[in-house]
Amino acid sequence: MRQFEEHAPLAEVKTEFAIPEKDFNTAGKGSSELKNLLKRLGVDSVVLRRIAVASYEAEINVAAHSKGGIMYGTVYDDLIHVRFEDEGPGIANIEQAMTPGFSTADDLVRELGFGAGLGLPNIKKNSDAMRLVSVAGGRTKLEFLIYFAGRFE
Amino acid sequence: MILSDLVTLLEGEVLFPEADLDREVPCAFASDMISDILMCTKEPTLLLTGLTNNQVIRLSDMIDLTAIVFVRGKKPLQDVIDMAQERGLPIITTKFTLYRCSGLLFNAGLRSCKI
Repeated sequence: MRQFEEHAPLAEVKTEFAIPEKDFNTAGKGSSELKNLLKRLGVDSVVLRRIAVASYEAEINVAAHSKGGIMYGTVYDDLIHVRFEDEGPGIANIEQAMTPGFSTADDLVRELGFGAGLGLPNIKKNSDAMRLVSVAGGRTKLEFLIYFAGRFE
Repeated sequence: MILSDLVTLLEGEVLFPEADLDREVPCAFASDMISDILMCTKEPTLLLTGLTNNQVIRLSDMIDLTAIVFVRGKKPLQDVIDMAQERGLPIITTKFTLYRCSGLLFNAGLRSCKI
């Protein structure tokens, strides 16, 4: 798996979407539009679905667990970099949050079908590199890379 | 299996009139948890679910659903039906349970989608 720092080419396209807190009418729109953009650019359908799922899970996480945030997509020649930055309140225990099945989702979020505790594991599974930085009481930043050519394993 | 055969088998009701019922349904997945459904990234699939909120239609943008069957007699609100119609995504409701639908479709030869 390659590291973020090895890549510094010019971006082809940049996108930015606001993710309001607990707004499940619009949550997911950013990921949907990102997928449509990449589809027009000719990205393979299986890779597209991986990008969309990773992005959607992260977008839902920001809507469900934070005070809102922003999703930044940067498209390069051979990969996409998606970054999510929220307004807090941070993740107390990242290792626990990464454990499949662990969830802090509230009742509203669960009623909608979320809260399986698979969000972060799904993002990790579908991406070629993922980084999550957070402190309790502070902001959370999550970013991932996915190569258009398929898996580099 | 063709979608119209599936509607007959499940005694389903198609929720908007111009839905494409001639499309081939290659495989299926059944769940009421969105993260579970998002495991289906390998191929377009039919979804059987009891969830009827707008995020079920939204997730079809991510994983390419061939159609959605709402089980246990559930019917989404009109704005959710409109979202499906805008996407040309056939949606069907049936009184049968998730277990019964899965059994009927499995016996009729519809395989589970790859995850």
